[in-house]
Amino acid sequence: MKVMVPVKRVVDYNVKVRVKPDNTGVDLNNVKMSVNPFCEIGIEEAVRLKEAGSADEVIAVAVGSTACQEQLRTCLALGADRAILVETEADAQPLGIAQALAAIQERELAGMVIFGKQSIDGDNCQTGQMFAALSGMSQATFASEITLEEGKAKVSREVDGGMQTLAITLPAMVTTDLRLNEPRYASLPNIMKAKKKPLDVLTPEELGVDLTPTVEVLSVEAPAERAAGIKVESVEELVNKLKNEAKVIS
Amino acid sequence: MSILVIAEHDNSENKNQTLVTLAAAQAIGGDIDVLVAGSGVSGVSDQVAAVPGVSKVLVADNAAYEHQLAENMAALVVQIAGGYTHILAPHTTSGKSFLPRVAAKLGVAQISDILSVEAADTFKRPIYAGNAIATVKAHDAIKVVSVRGTAYDPVVAEGGSATVEPVDVVADEGLSSFISEEIAESERPELTAAGVIISGGRGMQSGDNFSLLEGIADKLGAAIGASRAAVDAGFVPNDMQVGQTGKIVAPELYIAVGISGAIQHLAGMKDSKVIVAINKDEDAPIFQVADYGLVADLFQALPELESQL
Repeated sequence: MKVMVPVKRVVDYNVKVRVKPDNTGVDLNNVKMSVNPFCEIGIEEAVRLKEAGSADEVIAVAVGSTACQEQLRTCLALGADRAILVETEADAQPLGIAQALAAIQERELAGMVIFGKQSIDGDNCQTGQMFAALSGMSQATFASEITLEEGKAKVSREVDGGMQTLAITLPAMVTTDLRLNEPRYASLPNIMKAKKKPLDVLTPEELGVDLTPTVEVLSVEAPAERAAGIKVESVEELVNKLKNEAKVIS
Repeated sequence: MSILVIAEHDNSENKNQTLVTLAAAQAIGGDIDVLVAGSGVSGVSDQVAAVPGVSKVLVADNAAYEHQLAENMAALVVQIAGGYTHILAPHTTSGKSFLPRVAAKLGVAQISDILSVEAADTFKRPIYAGNAIATVKAHDAIKVVSVRGTAYDPVVAEGGSATVEPVDVVADEGLSSFISEEIAESERPELTAAGVIISGGRGMQSGDNFSLLEGIADKLGAAIGASRAAVDAGFVPNDMQVGQTGKIVAPELYIAVGISGAIQHLAGMKDSKVIVAINKDEDAPIFQVADYGLVADLFQALPELESQL
């Protein structure tokens, strides 16, 4: 079984983003970029499936600028066998990305496709589910455990009220949540080996998809700052303030 | 304009998030229909029919929808989507799962997790974990939108009398099936609907110490939450987590106990009306957003607080 893992190049999660003064977006100049953390969990899960003998090939795929090759090489160093970049300068959005990935799935016929549950830049939480719908696949979002069975996967999911377990028919789409696994670090020998692994570059035209955005960003602003309040000296003063000043308890 | 809202419920009761999503629908304006899809949901459809401002309640009552399986829910919504200009659902784990499938099948974009409606095609939504707010305009003919559970005050739940109409579509894709679930049972209000929340962080030191919060929660009718640090340390289960990757809450009163105030946590609670922080580290970032801060050892402060309420 092939396992495909779409990955996104995003601002590193340790970077504190700043909104540009002209409110057109956030400042990405000279900012460290990384593999979206939830996608990295997806790569780790796929590599573990391969190590367990359940998968025979792991393919990392990205849709974006040529700079995404850097993140795809990281995925190759983490254990993916080969990579595909759908190269575009367009600010591709979830539906377009899902369409491009569905076109790749038609060629690759992966038995399982593992997405991150959301990217930490756009926070849309859409692409995996859109891909699954376009590819006619079953899905399980927010996975914390994946167990493969004959023709099926049993997936435990983090839902609002607690945990839910589903059986999904393969081929299936799964999105990762934080507790699915802890990704490994790439070793130096593996980083060197990754440079020789295949990385194919495709264009949206070759796949017959249009990545022009349909959602227009009118402006981006910093959120309203919450002003710090006061320090109280005792529990008694706190209760008094909550009752008589804030009036939130009686 | 005609708007379809998909109700969030547990087959027996309508949820607060439906009422918040209806408030967003009213901000868009136009005819509002609500789809209740589930199994044995007549109680839910009666509740929704009583919400003023709802024109029609569409009821799809079938075992195929009992667990809100995303494949079946999306197939159902796509079949009845014709004629609507907007399709709205709460940004819950259920809405997040089926709504993008609906958008993809309709060939339109989805606008996720909106904070407000600026115009019928323009919305504000958080990006970068709430560190920036984008105003976006959707150019597709049908607007598919998920609504943050704290975006609006819920609409009034009683006084209306919408017509109730059964939907005969049975969309059973047969792609996935439900095995089991472990839903936390609690006498306390749900985090996303609670007026008061008291949350514990790593400073609680153990799961057993969360019992110190219980007496206070009982007196205040509060829900009990936790920071990701407390969940990751194994003190409490994940469904109690407040934060960017947990639940987004905005109660009247939020009491953070032994929580340092990582960005991750602040993203989930900074819209609360009044924030109280109890922490022994006076430099903890949580104090920068707290209306009332108490620098104290929580093991002394909590029993004292309970006795004074």
